[in-house]
Order: sequence, then C-alpha cells, then structure tokens
Amino acid sequence: MRVAGPPPETRHQGTEKKHNSNFRNHDEARLIHSARHNNKLPNRAMETKMTFIKKTLASSVALAVTAVMATAAQAEISDGEIRIGYLADMSGTYRDLAGPGGLEALRMAVEDFGGSVNGAPIQVFSADDRNSADVGANTVREWIDTRNVDMVAGLVASSVTIAVTRVLEENNSFGIVSASAASSITNEHCTPNHIHWVYDTYPLANGTAQAVVQQGGDTWFMLTADYAFGHALESDVTRVVEENGGQIVGGVRHPFPTDDFSSYILQAQGSGAKIIGLANAGADTVNAINTASQFGVVEAGQQLAGLLVFLNDVHAMGLDATQGLLLTTGWYWDMDDEAREWAERYYERVGRMPTMVQAGIYSSTYHYLQAVEATGSDDPATVREHMMRQPIHDFFARNGRLREDGRMVHDMYLARVKSPEESTHEWDLYEILTTIPAEEAYRPLSESQCKLVQN
Amino acid sequence: MTMIFGVPLAVFMGQLLLGLINGAFYALLSLGLAVIFGLLKIVNFAHGAMYMLGAFATLLGMRYLGINYWAALLLAPLFVGLLGMLIERVLLRRIGHLDHLYGLLLTFGLALIFEGTLVNFFGVSGARYPTPEALQGGYQTGFMFLPKYRAWVLLAALVVCFATWYIIERTRLGAYLRAGTENPALMQAFGVNVPLLVTLTYGFGVALAAFAGVLAAPLYPVSPTMGSNLLIVVFAVVVIGGMGSILGAIVTGLAMGLIEGLTKVYYPEAANTVIFLVMILVLLLRPAGLFGKEA
Repeated sequence: MRVAGPPPETRHQGTEKKHNSNFRNHDEARLIHSARHNNKLPNRAMETKMTFIKKTLASSVALAVTAVMATAAQAEISDGEIRIGYLADMSGTYRDLAGPGGLEALRMAVEDFGGSVNGAPIQVFSADDRNSADVGANTVREWIDTRNVDMVAGLVASSVTIAVTRVLEENNSFGIVSASAASSITNEHCTPNHIHWVYDTYPLANGTAQAVVQQGGDTWFMLTADYAFGHALESDVTRVVEENGGQIVGGVRHPFPTDDFSSYILQAQGSGAKIIGLANAGADTVNAINTASQFGVVEAGQQLAGLLVFLNDVHAMGLDATQGLLLTTGWYWDMDDEAREWAERYYERVGRMPTMVQAGIYSSTYHYLQAVEATGSDDPATVREHMMRQPIHDFFARNGRLREDGRMVHDMYLARVKSPEESTHEWDLYEILTTIPAEEAYRPLSESQCKLVQN
Repeated sequence: MTMIFGVPLAVFMGQLLLGLINGAFYALLSLGLAVIFGLLKIVNFAHGAMYMLGAFATLLGMRYLGINYWAALLLAPLFVGLLGMLIERVLLRRIGHLDHLYGLLLTFGLALIFEGTLVNFFGVSGARYPTPEALQGGYQTGFMFLPKYRAWVLLAALVVCFATWYIIERTRLGAYLRAGTENPALMQAFGVNVPLLVTLTYGFGVALAAFAGVLAAPLYPVSPTMGSNLLIVVFAVVVIGGMGSILGAIVTGLAMGLIEGLTKVYYPEAANTVIFLVMILVLLLRPAGLFGKEA
C-alpha cells in the first residue's frame, strides 16, 4: 500500500524542514538545501551552521536541543501568512454534508476572526478530492510543496482522510478532520499532525443502538454497506446491542453504492427482527429508508435505526419517510440560542441550514486561529498543544476538550426525526431527546490503540 | 414451508417479482439505447442524463408549475424528446459522417454538462417526489407486500416496451425507419425525408429514457447522478441482448432484473456485478449478443 508508513528518507526531510524554518526566508533555506545536495556550499557561515545541525542531531542531547530549537524557531508565523487549504468532496455523494457549504463556513470563521492573525493575513484555498484517496493525498502534497499550507481543513471520506494524514505526518503539517466517520482516524491511524473534530462511528453506535435497545428494540437485522466503514459500524453496533442484552438475528451486506433496496428490505421484513439497523451512509441510507417506507415497514411494526444520518439526508427524504427515526448527532442547528444564531447567519449566506459537519468546520477553524494567535506560531506541535490545554466551548461544542489521541470529545445528542405534523417549517426536522455526555460518548482512552496514548 | 435452495418459497417469489420490476426499468432504458443505436448507429452516452432529466422535469414541473404526475408522464418525455431532437439537429448531425467514437464522446460530454449543471443548483442528496395518491398503499399478495406503485411501474413499462417494438417491427412507419437506416439515399429518392426521420428517432429514443425517469421519480431520490449510476448496467444489458436488437433489449432487460434479484437473495455481495459476469460470458460465447445478428 502506498500510504503505509513514510520511508526513512522522507522522515529525514521532515526533520530537515523544521530546521530550515530557522532561516529567515524560504529562498535561503532552499539555497542551502540544494547546496547540500550538490555538495557545494555557498559560504563558510552556512557550512558551520549545517555542521552544527548535524552534530547536534548526532549527539546524545539531540532531543533536548531540537526541542528548544523548535520552540524558539517556530515562535513566528511562517511566510507571514496563515494558509488554510479546504479539501472535500465538492461534487459527489458527500457534497451536501460538507462540500461548498463547509467552505463557506470556513470563510465565515476567517471573516469573523478579522481576516488576519497577529497581522498575518489568512489565505483560504480549496480543492475537490472526488472521494479518491490518491487525489486527496496528492493535492495535499502539492499544497505542502508549493504553497506551504499551514492547515488542511474539511476532510470527508475516511479513506481520503487516512491517506492525507500520512502525508501531513511525513511533512510535519497540520490537519483538522471534520467530516470523516471512522473512529480509527484517532485510534490506530492517529498522528501528532491531525485532530478529529465533529463525530465518529463510536458515539454513533453507542448513542443510537443503546437507546434503541433500551426502548425495547432488542432484536436487530443489520443492513450493512459492504466496505470498511460499514463493517466497522456493524461491529460497533453488534457490540453495543449485545452488551445491552439485545441480539442480532440476521443481516445482509449490500454493495456500495446500491440504488434499489427493495430486495434487502423484503429480507429484513422476513427476518422478524424488531429493528432494522442501517450501517451505511449518504445515498445508501436515503435509498434504504425510502424503500422501507414504500414497503410499509414501519406500519407493519418494525422500526428503522439510522446509524449515520445527516441533516441534509433527512431534508432530502422528507418527514413522511423519516419520521420517528432515531439518530445520534454532534450538533443540531435548532438545539439552542447560540446554535440558532450562528445557523441563521449561515443560512443567509448559503440558503440551507448547516449540517453538524459544516458547523464543526467553523468551530474547529476558529479554535485553530485562536491557538495561532495565542502562541504566535503556526507550528503544528505548538498549536496542537495549546488547543489541548484550552477547554472547548462554543455554539458547536459543549464540554469539549481535545485529547492526546487527537479526538475532540464533546457532548453528543440523541435525536428523533419529527413527524410532518410536529414540524413547523422546512428545516424543523429533529427533536433532541437526550444529551450523551462527552466523556461517555467516545471511545475511552483506556481502550485506545493510538501510539500517542500511554497505556 | 416449502424451501427453494434454503430460501422460503414466499421470499423467493417476492424476490422474483421485485426482480421483474427492476428488469422493466432496464428494459425501458435499454430499449431507447437499442433504438438509437440500431437505427442511427449512435452510442448514446447521454441516455442516463436524459433519464435523469425526465425525473427532474417531473419534480420541477410539480414544484414550480403545478404539473401533476399523470400529466408529467406525457409532458416530461415530450420535453426531453424535444431537447433530444435539438441535440441531434444541432450537434449530432454535424458529426454523423465521422467514426462512432465521436458520437460517443459528444454524448458523454453532454451528459457531464447536464449533470454538473444540476449538481451546481440542486446538490447530490436528491429530492423526494411523492407517490401519486391513487397509487399509494399496496396489496398483500400472500407472499409479500406489493406496493401499488411498483405494480404500476411494471405494467406501464411493459406496455410501452411492447408498443415500441410493435411500431418499429410491425408498422409502415417502422418499416420506413429501418429502410432509411439501411439505405438512406434510396429512401430519399422515394421521397421520404430521412434526416427528419433520424431526428424524430433520436427524440423518441431519449423520450423513452425520460419516461423511465418519470416512473423512477417516486421510487428513488431525484438527484443529478441517478442516471450515470444506472447507465453502465443498461449498456451491459444492451450488449448482452445484442447491440441494436429491439426485442433483445426488452427480453434481456427483464431477464437481467430477475438474475439480479436472485443474486440479492443468495449472494448479495455480488448483486452489482452479476450482470457484468453474464456480459463477459455472452461476449465469450456469442459475441453478437443473445439476439444480435452476426455481422
């Protein structure tokens, strides 16, 4: 696999880059860089400098010295600009949950921040990853090489995100993941160079499955998207259902993507399970729910449990098809005054209410900029450390904190989709039932496989 | 309970029926493709986009002009058909003398433009079109709950398919059409306006796709990508049936729906690929397709 661990050579370049920022500007650094490769040093001063660096690295006190140097060197903003690259699916299946709306949320955060940090202007650019890990990783590599990007935002499909975080780690850059679902992003795939903001599969299964079983839905039929994300969600759900005394009585793994779910719904009807769990996302979930409503699943006494459902999905399907659906969300635009106030500003610009992902992009960007302002630096380690020290509380995150594995844990919510009679307008879609406290919602650090966590 | 290979008879029958309904969609779409390819020798990659436009015309017609489902069944294909004729007259005709590949590229480009434009305005989540009131609910058939709307889809698609087959294979107009593509110069000498026939045929072919789009609107979310998802499968159906064979397209469409339906019970993981497996087998054993004439 091409994304597997960085080769030693690249790692070396990573360290070198850090030292290069010692020099006043990029050109100087590049000069030394190329000079070193040609073995022709421009002058003695630099030679001394390079030898010094080499010696330091070789010496037994290298660690301590590098740390001191890094902090000293990075206490400024590189290139005199903060450069944020927004990478997302701008045209495919996942467009509406993040996409152009997320970019607009990012721009709002930058504008609200005043457009600059400590006098350094903030520059925003974006690209479409087309849900391809290759395209995503190459775009970010290019941003690092040619534009010296400081922070990569957005990050939607889990496969793209995992590939991109490898690139970020190799090059010691920084990324904030807002839209991906896989909990492995801060578990076995964690790096010191990225954090995960909005939600992941762990609280999705925890919140929805547990609530459903406790309400008496103790026999489940699983409808699972046949790829890594679906399998992960299915196993998380199975664990939660069985822990709570429920039982999985059957299931079917459908190809990704699938348009016609009638056959699978018929099988689910035949299984006699009380609950049909949907371990899929986006268009697949939408199609499954639509088909279930056509076949009178709910009228016949079975219930659906959508495990990853976004606001735009419910909006697209309409309340007739989705009413009564239980779901776990990281945020809902109408949950309180603070959330509403921001959502209305967003609505004026975009013409749609924001999903939790779009709100999370604003929230995470704003916190990032605050950390840059406070530390006066755009060095990933410095910024991340500062973000970890600050409690996170805004219109989006409640009782939030950034853990050492890069997971931002915050309160999650169990919601129920309203019936057409209960809903007062187009975007009045959820009723929040309970709050799942931050510390219970996410995978506990004691179970973490992240290399940054000392167990 | 009677079991068929480990599946209860009731479930088995239900799956067969569902397969047949999906097959009706394949038949309708591949029929349009077959008509266009058989008579015009155009590999119409815009067919999926036309199906999508049919669904969108239905949705937007209801939203902004108050056109109901039954009127849309007629108006949406008419609208898309006219659009198709415009495309044929303005674009396709100019490259008629070139290799088929150019037509393929042109129609593929058009499909991307239609799709991209609509993505820009409507996003990809798709919108829901309500099931017409008269067709809500369903029948308890003893072995399954059959939604009325799906029964209607099957009926409507079959009627349209066989009417098309009848017009082309059994009427004088159909005979003109077939003759016009066989030897356009001779037909023109007989005083038949062949270019007009070609334009009408293309319009009719894409109108069939739009008709399928109207039928699909209450079943699937109406989204700009709905056509491209289906197009590849439909092309496989046409290849299996034999490029350009009218009856082949209809029969193969229904058969592939059935095969896919059974795969969904016995090995759901392969449901999306089984049609392509059949295609490979057919290409190996009978390269001209099941109903095609050897070149």
